Amino acid sequence: MRKKNVLLWLSAALVYLFLYLPLVIVVVFSFNDSKLNAEWVGFTWKWYGKLLHNREMLGAAMNSLIIATVSAGVATILGTLAGMAMSQYRLRLLQLLVLAPIAMPEILMGVSLLVLFILVNMTLGLMSIMLAHITFCIGFVALSVQARMSSMDPALVEAARDLGASPWRCFREITLPLLMPGILAGALMAFTLSIDDFVITFFTAGVGSSTLPLQIYSMVKIAVTPEVNAVSTLLMLLTLVVITAASRLSPTIFRGE
Amino acid sequence: MQGKAWYKYLLSLPPMAYLLIFFAAPTFIMLFASFRYAGEYGGLAPWYLHEGGRLTLDLTLENWQRLLETDIYLRLFLRSIGYAVATTLLCMVMGYPLALMIARSGRKHRDLLLLLVILPFWSNFLVRIYAWMIIFSPAGALTRMINGALELLGMGSVTLMYSPTAMLVCLVYVHLPFMVLPLYANLEKHDLDLLDAAQDLGAGKWRRFWLITWPLSLPGITAGSILVFIPVLGMFAIPDLLGGTNGIMIGNVIKQQFMESRDWPFGSVLSMVLTVTAVAVVLLGSRLGARREGR
Repeated sequence: MRKKNVLLWLSAALVYLFLYLPLVIVVVFSFNDSKLNAEWVGFTWKWYGKLLHNREMLGAAMNSLIIATVSAGVATILGTLAGMAMSQYRLRLLQLLVLAPIAMPEILMGVSLLVLFILVNMTLGLMSIMLAHITFCIGFVALSVQARMSSMDPALVEAARDLGASPWRCFREITLPLLMPGILAGALMAFTLSIDDFVITFFTAGVGSSTLPLQIYSMVKIAVTPEVNAVSTLLMLLTLVVITAASRLSPTIFRGE
Repeated sequence: MQGKAWYKYLLSLPPMAYLLIFFAAPTFIMLFASFRYAGEYGGLAPWYLHEGGRLTLDLTLENWQRLLETDIYLRLFLRSIGYAVATTLLCMVMGYPLALMIARSGRKHRDLLLLLVILPFWSNFLVRIYAWMIIFSPAGALTRMINGALELLGMGSVTLMYSPTAMLVCLVYVHLPFMVLPLYANLEKHDLDLLDAAQDLGAGKWRRFWLITWPLSLPGITAGSILVFIPVLGMFAIPDLLGGTNGIMIGNVIKQQFMESRDWPFGSVLSMVLTVTAVAVVLLGSRLGARREGR
């Protein structure tokens, strides 16, 4: 082990190449002055310019932002409550309800929500998409808050109570500020999950409520065009910014289950 | 404050109520729908009949029988499991060296190396599929290179797009981080003194790996395998965009039943089969994990 294992390093380097090469190709071809994503012809900004005049795409981007903001907001409140409850009490049903949506294939949540919305005569649109996104975001916020909560010293709250602080004051001045990084990281994660979601949105969207991923899907189904590369690059940039912010707030959050 | 019942309910009731309505209820509605008749114009027919002032149930086992009538759905299901198994194995083969390399590298570089695995995973799912559509496209450099080589050898040309290979590559690409992250979390905790001790006692590099590192990493492999297997099993976007007609998976047929043929009861049957399989895999995995920890 001390002698660096060349074989190990080489194979790991190849896997990194496998992970990044496809994304690099997407970004590079978004600046390519050719309709085909095949050969480098010359540099251009025109695909980005075209995007600015694509009304459908702009509308979809707007929808995505509205949905992600509202869903992340509501999911953060519900997820924070769930995370706090899970770290203080043994609540098997809550635990199951929070974790199961994360563990199931997405398509199942998509179709079952579609059935629910149609059965209660709800028109599919922004509202139905938001209700669906909140459902799958709660768990991620809850896990982030729970992790933060379990690293918190319970003596702090007890001390404040002994010194005569009301429960509400205790929450506002001690618990909440200490949980804040976990809450914010969860919120940002919910925001990216919502803005990126394709599968569940696909089943719960209606006419005129297209989102960016749905728009990309319908474009890709017809043809591969550099405009898709441009919008993909912008979307990558947005996610990168949000994720960097989230990992600054809570370095351990993306370490997996 | 901690002991008070109202506080407990204040915290747990809102998220619980939300998830009961939007997660638990829809699941049971689907289970129920799998025993109902399809509506005339898609959707569901009423589940009761009004006969002479009396309500009678109007349910059926027809949808479930249809599942077993031909071997079409069995084959579809086996193919989906086949893709899921193949993807899991490939992710393991590719992810293991990577996770091991990160876990064994210096503390300073570890976070950066790990971040580099996670970053592509946070780019949009469709963008990651799209990237492979570019690579596999008939006009793309890769296809032309391979076909150029085949021509020199005097063989016919191939198309990569819409092939099982294309699908498998993309499935592995999308799910690889799910394998690397839990594996890394496991490998990082290993006591390296064990390896040094084995070396002092004369064990070679491979022997040390197979007798120490590999058995200790089995819980990580189990966790990673579940995280890869389940989403692949329910996948519909990758076969839809890259798979062609031979690549259809159970997810595609579920989508078709709900969005195109509008046969909700049969779609519900297939969804229930997928649910049960996913739950079984999770239970089996956690059982395996628990047994290993017990030893």
